[in-house]
Amino acid sequence: MLNDFLILMKSELVITFIIFLLLFIKVGKGMKNESLLSLLQFLLLANFIAGFFFNETGSLFGGLFTTNALIAFQKSILSLGVYLISLLFADWLKKSEHMPEFFILMLSALLGMFFMISSGSLLMFFLSLELSTIPVAAMTNFDLEKKISSEASMKMILSSAFSSGILLFGISLMYGATGTISFAEMPAMLDGSPLQILAFIFLFTAFAFKLSIVPFHLWTADVYEGAPIAVSSFLSVISKGSIAFILLTALYKVFAPMHELWYNMVVLLSIATMIIGNLFALRQQNIKRFLAYSSIAQVGFILVGISGNSIAGTSSVVYFVLIYVFSNLAAFGVAGAISQQTGKERINDYKGLYQTNPFISWVLALALFSLAGIPPTAGFFGKLFLITAGASNGNYFFITVAALNLIVSLYYYLRVIRAVFMDKNEQPIEKINLHPSTKLGMIICGAGIVLVGLLSWVYDYITALTM
Amino acid sequence: MNDFLQIPMLQVLPFGKDIGWALLLIPLLPLAGFLLLGLFGRKHIKNSSGIIGTSLLLVSTVLSLYTAYGYFFEYGKVNGVYQKLIPLQYTWLQFSPGLSIDMGIILDPISVMMLVVVSFISLMVHIYSLAYMKGEDRFPTYYAFLGLFTFSMLGLVMASNIFQMYIFWELVGISSFLLIGYYYDRPSAVAACKKAFIVTRFADLGFLIGILILSFYAGTLDFNTLIQRLTSSSAPEFQTAVASSFLGVSALTWALVLVFIGGAGKSAMFPLHVWLPDAMEGPTPVSALIHAATMVVAGVFLVARLFPVFSMSPPALQVVSYVGVISALFAAVIACTQTDIKRVLAYSTISQIGFMMFSLGVSGSGGENGLGFTASMFHLFTHAMFKALLFLGAGAVIHFIHSNEMKDMGGLRKYLPITHITFLIACLAISGVPPFAGFFSKEEILLAAYHHNAIIYWIALITSGLTAFYMFRLYFSIFWNKEAPSPLERAGGEVHGEGGFAMMMPLVLLAVGAAVAGFIPFGNFVSSDGKLLESAFHLQFSIAPVALGLAGIFAAMWLYKKQNNKPDAIAASLNGFYKAAYHKFYMDELYLFITKKILFNLIGRPAAWFDKNVVDGMVNMTGNTTQAISEKIKGFQSGKVQQYAIYFLAGVIGLAVLFIYIWK
Repeated sequence: MLNDFLILMKSELVITFIIFLLLFIKVGKGMKNESLLSLLQFLLLANFIAGFFFNETGSLFGGLFTTNALIAFQKSILSLGVYLISLLFADWLKKSEHMPEFFILMLSALLGMFFMISSGSLLMFFLSLELSTIPVAAMTNFDLEKKISSEASMKMILSSAFSSGILLFGISLMYGATGTISFAEMPAMLDGSPLQILAFIFLFTAFAFKLSIVPFHLWTADVYEGAPIAVSSFLSVISKGSIAFILLTALYKVFAPMHELWYNMVVLLSIATMIIGNLFALRQQNIKRFLAYSSIAQVGFILVGISGNSIAGTSSVVYFVLIYVFSNLAAFGVAGAISQQTGKERINDYKGLYQTNPFISWVLALALFSLAGIPPTAGFFGKLFLITAGASNGNYFFITVAALNLIVSLYYYLRVIRAVFMDKNEQPIEKINLHPSTKLGMIICGAGIVLVGLLSWVYDYITALTM
Repeated sequence: MNDFLQIPMLQVLPFGKDIGWALLLIPLLPLAGFLLLGLFGRKHIKNSSGIIGTSLLLVSTVLSLYTAYGYFFEYGKVNGVYQKLIPLQYTWLQFSPGLSIDMGIILDPISVMMLVVVSFISLMVHIYSLAYMKGEDRFPTYYAFLGLFTFSMLGLVMASNIFQMYIFWELVGISSFLLIGYYYDRPSAVAACKKAFIVTRFADLGFLIGILILSFYAGTLDFNTLIQRLTSSSAPEFQTAVASSFLGVSALTWALVLVFIGGAGKSAMFPLHVWLPDAMEGPTPVSALIHAATMVVAGVFLVARLFPVFSMSPPALQVVSYVGVISALFAAVIACTQTDIKRVLAYSTISQIGFMMFSLGVSGSGGENGLGFTASMFHLFTHAMFKALLFLGAGAVIHFIHSNEMKDMGGLRKYLPITHITFLIACLAISGVPPFAGFFSKEEILLAAYHHNAIIYWIALITSGLTAFYMFRLYFSIFWNKEAPSPLERAGGEVHGEGGFAMMMPLVLLAVGAAVAGFIPFGNFVSSDGKLLESAFHLQFSIAPVALGLAGIFAAMWLYKKQNNKPDAIAASLNGFYKAAYHKFYMDELYLFITKKILFNLIGRPAAWFDKNVVDGMVNMTGNTTQAISEKIKGFQSGKVQQYAIYFLAGVIGLAVLFIYIWK
C-alpha cells in the first residue's frame, strides 16, 4: 500500500518535497537568490527527468486519484514548462525580493495541476482546480510596485471566483442528476436529460474560462498585460496545457455518452475562439496582449483537435501542447528579456531588433514561425495533426474555417517578424545582456521547436502512450 | 523510459560485422565540415579551413574504399550474385501503414562504385583547391560549400528510397547553385547560377511528378520494393500501371519518361543542356567536381538505379537512347567550334554523358543483353577520372595564363610539363586510344549499340571520331600551336609555376587512373542483374573506332599543331554551319524567345494582372474587412470586471438555451 502510494503519487510528492524545502530555507537562514535559483533549476530538471521513470497505472483513495503512462507524460510536459520558466526568467526572478515565495506559489499551482490531471472525481477536480488557480492570482500580483499588476490580480481572482461559483453549481446539479461524482461511475448515469445538459454546460464553462475560450476569455488580455511576464507565460502555457489535458479526459471518458452535444459545442466555441482571438490579435500593439490573444487563437486550434474524439485527438493535443510549451515560452522569454532590461513592450519598439540582437531575433522568429505553423518548425506538424484529427469527423466546413484562420494568423505573426528583421529604426533596442540560464532556456526552446517536428518518433511515442 | 528505448531508431541488419555506422559517417563527415566551416570558418579558423575540410573528406574516402573492398570482395556476393543490401533503415514519416518515407542506405554495385568515385574525385578537388583557391577572401565558405555538395552527392547515391533521393537531388542542385555563383560579384556568374538552378528545377518538376506516379502505382517509395512490384508481370501493381494509359501511352512509360526528364535536366541532356556551359563561371575545381565527374552523372545514375523498371518499358528506353545519342552528337559538333577551353570541356561532358545515356537505352536486362548497362557504368567511372583530370589541367593552365581563351594560349608545354603530360593522357583516354581507360569503356558502349540499333551505332561512331578531333584541337591549341611568350613578358608580370605539389598531385593520381582504369574487369563487379558479365574483347570490332579516333587526332594535329590559317579557311568554307555551331545552334536564343516573347507575354502578363487585381484584391478585401470588424468589436474589451462577468453569464445562458431548447 505504501509502495503504491509512493510510486503512483511520485510526481506530486516530489513537488511537495520541493515546496517544503523552500519553506525551510525561507524560514531558516535563507540563501542568496542566485544560488537558490540554481538549486531550484537543478531540482526542477531532476523532477522532469524523474518523470520518465517508474510510471505505473493505478488509482488511490478509492478512485479519487488515478494515473497512467499518458498522465505521467502530461505531467512531464508541465514540469518541463516550469523548468523552462525558471531558466528563461532567471534575471527577473533573481532580482525579486520574494523569490522563494514565488516558487512556492508556482509549485503549489503546479501541484494543483498534477492532482487535477490525475483527478478521478468531480470533488477532486474542483479542489485541485482551485489549488491551481489561487496561487496564480497571487503570482499575478508579484510586481508589487505596479498598480496594473494588482489590478490584474484582482480581476483574475474575481473572475475565477465567479467561474468557480458556476462550476460548483454545475457539480451539485450533476450530483443531483446522476447521484455520483466519480468519473468512473458517471458515464453509465448520463441520459441526456435537460438537467444533465445544464449541469454539463456549467461544468464546461469552468474549463472554457480557464482555457480562455470565447466568450469566457475577457479576463485574459488584462491579466496577461498586468502580470509579470513570467506569470503571463505560466498562465498561457502551463495553465492552459493542464486544462486541455483534463478536458480530454472529461470529454472523451466521462462525458462520452453526451458526445453529440459536446461535439457541437466544441465546434461552435472553437470557431468563435479562433476568429475572435485572431481579430483581436491583429490590432494589439503591446507584445504581451498580442501573445495573450494569439494564445486564445491557439486554444481554438486545440479545440479542433479535441473535436476529433479519437486516439489521434488525444495524441495530437498532447503533442501540440508540448510544441506550444517550447514555442510560446520562447516568445515570452524574448519579450521578458527585453522588457526586463529596457522596459519596452510595444511591437513598434521591436523594429530593427535584428541589427543589435541577432540571437534573440532568431529565437523570436523561430517561436513565431512555430506558432504560425510554418514548416519545417514543429508548430507546423502540431497544427497538421490537430487538423487531421479534427477532419476525421468529416466536418469540412469546420476544417475550412480553421484553415482560413491559420492564414489570418500568419499575417500578424509575420508583422512582428517584419518589424524585427526588415523595418529600419534609428534607435533600435540596445544590446540585451542575457543571463546564461536565459540563453540556455532559449536554446532548449529553439532546439525543441526544430527537433520535435522533425523527429517523428516523438509523435509515435505519444500515440503509443495514448493507446 | 523503457518505451523510449524500444523505439527502433536504426535497424542495423546483421552482417557478421557492423558496417552501418561506418557507412553513416561517409556522408556525415563532409556535412560536419560544412557546418563547422560554415558557422565558424570565417571568424575563427579561416586559414586552416581547407585542411580541415580536406582531412574530413580523406577519412570519408578511406571509409568508402573500405566499404567498396568489403562489399565487392567479402560480403556483397551471395551465390555469385551481388546483393542489394540495406544496412541502415529509419522510418522517417509514416503516412499510412503501407506508405512511409524512410531514410536508409542501400549498398549495391552501382552505389558502391559511385561512393568511391564521388569521394575520390571530391578528395582530389579538395586537395587541388588548397593551392588553386588560396588567398580567396571567402576561402572557408568555398570549402563549406564543397562539403555540402559532397554530403548531398553521397547521400544521393546511397539513398534507399526514391523520395530520399529526391531530397538529396535538390540539395545537390542547391550546392551546385551556390558554387556556380561563388564569385557573386560577377554578373555573369550570378546569371549562370540562376540559369542552372531554374533549368534544373524545371526538369525536377518532371522528376517529382514521375515519383508521384510511380509511387502511386507501386504503393511504395522504397527502391527495392518498387522495383520488385513494377518488374514482375504478374504483380497487380505492374498490371495496373501498364493497363492505365494517358494519350495512348501507359502510365508506367509516362512515369519513367517524367523521371528521365529530371535526370536529363541534371545531366544536361539536349534540349535541357543550356545551363552547363554557362555553369563554367564557377571556380574551375568546382567544374571538375560537379559539372564533369559527379553531379551531372546523377541523371545517368538515376536511370541506372531504376533500370529494371525502365527495361519493362521499351518506349521509355527508346526516349533515353535517342535523347542520349542526339546530345552526344550535337554537343560534339559544338565543342569543335568553341574557343573558351572550359566551354569545350563542358560540351565534351554533355557529349560523353550522352554516350552513357544511350548505352543504358540500348541495354537489355540480364545476362549478355545487359552489356549496355555495364558499359554505361564503366564509362561513367572512367569518364569521371579523365574528365576531372582535364578540368583540373585546364585549371592549371588558366591559373598560369589568367585567361580561358585559346587564342591567349599556345606553346605551354615548356612551362607546364606535368600538366602537359597528364592532359595528354586524359585526351588520349577520352579519344578512345588503347590502352587508356576511355578505350575500353567506349568500346563496350559501341559494341552494345552495334548489337542493338544500327542508327545509334553509326551516330556514336562518328561522334567518337569528333571527340578525338576536338579534344586534340584543344590539346594542340594549348600546348603547341604558336610559341608562348616568355612568362616575364606577359602582361601582369606575375610568374607562377605549375601551382606546386597540392595542384600537381591530384593531376598525377588522376592521370594514373585515366591510364589504367580500363583494365579493371568491370563486368565482374557491375552488371544489370548482379551476376558476372564476361567482357569479351573483339579485335576486329575495335578497328573502326580506333581508326576514326586516330584520324580525328591527325586532323587536329594537321590543323592546330602549328599556327596557320587552315582552320579559318575551313571555317569560312563551312560558313553557315560553322556559324550555327559556334553559336551553339542558337539554343540560348530559342530559350530566350520562348521565355521572353511567349511565356512572359502570353502567360506571365495576364497572370500578373490576375494576381494583382483579383488575388491581391481578394486578400486586401479580407484584410480590410477583418480590420473593420475588429474595430467594431473592440468595445467588448472594456477592462471592467463586472462587464466581463455579464458576458460570462450571457455565454453560459446562451449555451444553455441553445443546447437545451434549440439545437437538440
